[in-house]
Amino acid sequence: MEVRQEKRGVVEVKDDKVFTWPTLVAKEFLAAIFVTVGLLVYSYFTDAPLRELSNPGQAENPAKAPWYFLGLQEALVYFDPWFAGVVLPSIIVVGLIMIPYLDNNPKGNGYYCYKERKFSITVFMAGYVLWYILIYIGTALRGPFWAFFWPWEKWTHDFPTPPPLHSLPLPLGVILVCGFYFLGMTIPALVKKDFFQKLGVIRYALTMGLLLTMIATVIKMVFRLAFNVKYIIATPWINI
Amino acid sequence: MKLLQQLIKLITDNEIWRSVFRHGYSDTPRNRVLQIISNIWLHLHPAKVREHGTKIRFTWCMGGITFFIFLFETITGILLMFYYVPDVNRAYADIVDLMYVVPFGRFLRNSHRWGAHAMVITVSIHMLRVFLTGSYKPPRQFNWVVGVVLLVLTFLLSFTGYLLPWDQLGYWAITVGTNMARATPLLGHEGPFSYILGMKANNDVRFALLGGTMIDAPALLRAYVWHCVGIPVIAAALMMVHFWRVRKDGGISGPL
Repeated sequence: MEVRQEKRGVVEVKDDKVFTWPTLVAKEFLAAIFVTVGLLVYSYFTDAPLRELSNPGQAENPAKAPWYFLGLQEALVYFDPWFAGVVLPSIIVVGLIMIPYLDNNPKGNGYYCYKERKFSITVFMAGYVLWYILIYIGTALRGPFWAFFWPWEKWTHDFPTPPPLHSLPLPLGVILVCGFYFLGMTIPALVKKDFFQKLGVIRYALTMGLLLTMIATVIKMVFRLAFNVKYIIATPWINI
Repeated sequence: MKLLQQLIKLITDNEIWRSVFRHGYSDTPRNRVLQIISNIWLHLHPAKVREHGTKIRFTWCMGGITFFIFLFETITGILLMFYYVPDVNRAYADIVDLMYVVPFGRFLRNSHRWGAHAMVITVSIHMLRVFLTGSYKPPRQFNWVVGVVLLVLTFLLSFTGYLLPWDQLGYWAITVGTNMARATPLLGHEGPFSYILGMKANNDVRFALLGGTMIDAPALLRAYVWHCVGIPVIAAALMMVHFWRVRKDGGISGPL
């Protein structure tokens, strides 16, 4: 009987492993100690906020959600509550969950590298920074009646009446939104053919849908700030 | 010195000691492994890890710190539960007592509060790190999903705690937050298309969250139970999945 054996190249097993004890555990314990000490020292010198007893008859002005939700509360300026408070956060959470299934670029797995993942890192960082910019505005720059104040301005109830808002005519709004999504979907697919082909139709549509929605959210804010536009699409049932 | 060695021998060389500690502490590879795998808490780790995974500049230690703050919050939270009753007639007074009467009460409450804020920050930095290292890529896709759910649970943990002092800050913050729920499409009585399901102020999703049409005793109790029992249990269960999957998906991510 003949035993056939293919010639195999020598596989070099790269063993870069170190003992968890003490290399990693020591660092974890140190981190735990630093965090504990940091928290306790901070807590010793800084009191947690506590205002007067709750009173349903006397609203706080401004009434603010916890700071990590103030980006969404800030979005309330530009969108109706059903979008800013419910649909937008849902899109964000679902979008985050979908990231690993949309990003099929095999490179950059397990190490820091911008060059190999320019698109995904740019988009994620844009969203991350946008989230915190909105939180900063909502936390620091919004005073009574959610009026805008620069950091050097004093919060007062005496601010100029904001200019009246108007909505775009319905046909124009529909054309703008449809045109935006149509062009946003088609132009990158035509210009960056390899990008489209690597993702495939479904991944591409979902990725661009999420990205365009993020961009559209910012555009709506600009429309509101620059042109006093209340709604892009105004219908009896739903307004955006 | 000899006396010390005799003393150590006296303490360690007997049945009782050996029934608790299964291995010696001399620095041998075998003991380094046993130190991890024979310890229920430490065996969350593998006995050996890839070296880059032990570097702070790779992990920023943010996942571990987030977990640690969760434990910190659990301990301070349990202590706070001794002094706090979620009853609208007592809650605020209990917090004031914590601040002015209970020994170390102010310190306890402060550290619980600041720990909560810190946890929201560290968990979001952890997500950033995982993204920037591409650690959500195959085979770790599902663990990223679990992580996103844990992120949301962290927000909800902090949010439910916000109401408990029953002061103006918490009351109106939760008012703003839960008012969003009544704008939910279909399910909130002021949301688009809610008339299809016949939603009113007393049967919509906000009513379910608050146990009423406004924030009152049932809402405080719900916030308390979700904050102290419901969400921590769910989050702990998901953390088990999260950590277990890190191991099962090949340990700390790294260059292939």
